[in-house]
Amino acid sequence: MHDNLVEIRGLHFAYGSRPILRGVDLTARRGQVIAIMGSSGCGKTTLLRLIGGSIRSTQGSVEVEGQDVAGLDQNGLYRLRRRMGMLFQFGALFTDMSVFDNVAFQLREHTNLPEPMIRDLVLMKLNAVGLRGAHDLMPAELSGGMARRVALARAIALDPMLIMYDEPFAGLDPISLGVTGNLIRRLTDTLGLTSIVVTHDVQESLKMVDYVYFISEGVVEARGTAAEIKSSGLPFVHQFVHGEEDGPVPFHYPAEPYGVDLGLNHA
Amino acid sequence: MERTTLDLWVGLFVLAGIGALVFLALKVGNVGAFDTNKTYAITANFNNIGGLKVKAPVKSAGVVVGRVAEIRFNTADYEAEVVLNIGSVYKFPKDTSAAIMTSGLLGEQYIALEAGADDKMLAQGDTLKITQGAVVLENLIGQFIYGKSGEAGKSAAPAQ
Amino acid sequence: MLDGVRKLGRQTIDGVWRLGVAMRFFMLTLLHSGICLRRPQLVIREIFTAGVLSLIIIVISGLFVGMVLGLQGYETLQKYGSESALGSLVALSLVRELGPVLAALLFASRAGSAITAEIGLMKATEQIAAMEMMAVDPIARVVAPRFWGALISMPLLAAMFSAMGIFGGYLVGVVLIGVDEGSFWSQMQAAVDFRQDILNGVFKSGVFGVAVTVIALFEGYAAPPTAEGVSRATTRTVVTSSLAILALDFVLTAFMFRGA
Repeated sequence: MHDNLVEIRGLHFAYGSRPILRGVDLTARRGQVIAIMGSSGCGKTTLLRLIGGSIRSTQGSVEVEGQDVAGLDQNGLYRLRRRMGMLFQFGALFTDMSVFDNVAFQLREHTNLPEPMIRDLVLMKLNAVGLRGAHDLMPAELSGGMARRVALARAIALDPMLIMYDEPFAGLDPISLGVTGNLIRRLTDTLGLTSIVVTHDVQESLKMVDYVYFISEGVVEARGTAAEIKSSGLPFVHQFVHGEEDGPVPFHYPAEPYGVDLGLNHA
Repeated sequence: MERTTLDLWVGLFVLAGIGALVFLALKVGNVGAFDTNKTYAITANFNNIGGLKVKAPVKSAGVVVGRVAEIRFNTADYEAEVVLNIGSVYKFPKDTSAAIMTSGLLGEQYIALEAGADDKMLAQGDTLKITQGAVVLENLIGQFIYGKSGEAGKSAAPAQ
Repeated sequence: MLDGVRKLGRQTIDGVWRLGVAMRFFMLTLLHSGICLRRPQLVIREIFTAGVLSLIIIVISGLFVGMVLGLQGYETLQKYGSESALGSLVALSLVRELGPVLAALLFASRAGSAITAEIGLMKATEQIAAMEMMAVDPIARVVAPRFWGALISMPLLAAMFSAMGIFGGYLVGVVLIGVDEGSFWSQMQAAVDFRQDILNGVFKSGVFGVAVTVIALFEGYAAPPTAEGVSRATTRTVVTSSLAILALDFVLTAFMFRGA
């Protein structure tokens, strides 16, 4: 069995003529929680979509379990995706179904299990995220943190080997933040999953991840374990971890010198 | 929503839709009034059919007994040949006559059958001997005006 | 000047491209419709949202249109002394034209816009993307059941509209004004032909149903995933499908009632 569940080599991607990723290498071992960090708009979400096969790279390869994702046809891709879970930024729960039906969705679509067994499985998954009591609520009645936990229960419904999280901490209060962080770690360990977390919440994610990749301007700027990152001397990582205003990532968008724009030099 | 309630509503909806269709077919349309396999066809020749149309009613004593099936032009004697489908339950004597009439002054045209006294009955493919074509309104008005102006001329002349 | 021509060219290319994508989308929907036979419950749900929920507006509009036809028809017909033809006037207008066309227009603004908004929002909130990531084809799971549900509902709604309209005409003509009941119905039955008028009306409403649902589904599916994009797509569904209904009605009528 392959030890590296996800292997990305020399990945390039561009939207039209605008390059997003310019040669990314990334490896996720089984049982690890990997964090992908970087400033907003640096291509982290694009990376997840490339792993999930919803878009194709312009150059380089993405391998999951030794299979080249870009080389799969529709059926092969769907077979692979049944063993992947993805948590979208705001949960992306189906708003016309109850919490129970949301979690049961994949079980009903992909298996022929009898309804009592589906019920047991769904309640087990909901119990794992602490929301068994909320099974007959509608998504509109949930708070942001609860919606994300339900989405997590839905993502683990078919016991996948890999879960990808797109900004799981965005817009959560500190309590929900801690709950979600712990949940990701605990589920990864107890279910033997591999997790890839895309985030820019440094403090929360450094508490629970095994390995961190920093992406900036489409390339991997830095990598290392949580401890290595915290003590890193790289100016970019230092700025990011400590949230400094100016540094390698400048405060100002590139512009003409201030004086020129205000017309002072003409005088 | 509960699945059984949903099923019930959809069931009621489909029933109501089919009910509306059946209402349209039976009460509004005329389906089943004259089945093609329960009619016999007879032919009638007219010198002028006026505005008669295919599917116009064939009436006897005001009761609808059949429909016009086909209208042809006979190049041999320059007459209109009209095929009538008559309901099998209605038997007519051989010497029945047909006339093209108008319901009301401007209404639709229909064929009126006047039963004769023959012992033999009409059968599939028979031809009606006695027919009377449509009264063309323009001719009638023309005659009327011609007559009137003639009359007016007669009565006006002495006055002048 | 040259800019104007260029703009026209771009709009033409965009329009043709959009039409092509919509056709491809329609074919994909038909291709992925197998799920509707395997799981009829999905279609039943959509018949409920598209059909049952449109029932009230259809029934009430039909009743009023029929009543107005009764009043106006009587006003005109009595000048020629042919009030007895009121039944055939009301029935023919409804069964041939007003039933299918008005029901489809109401359906486009009631159910069509709802379909576009729902699918557009599902896309904007990443529900469609989530479904794809769960290895479920959204065309089969979301689009096809809505297509068949709406397609089944449309002729039934049109028939109900016509039936209610004829009842409304009966209420005004016979009960209120006092046209002879016997001649009302018998003139109607003499004038309305089952195949020529009623079945053609049903066929028309089926064609309108396809047009409205395909436009609504496509606009929703192709809507930019923003609040503005979804609201624009919803408006476009109502405008485009209304125009499509009226244009198709002309074409179908020209073919069906030519010379008869």
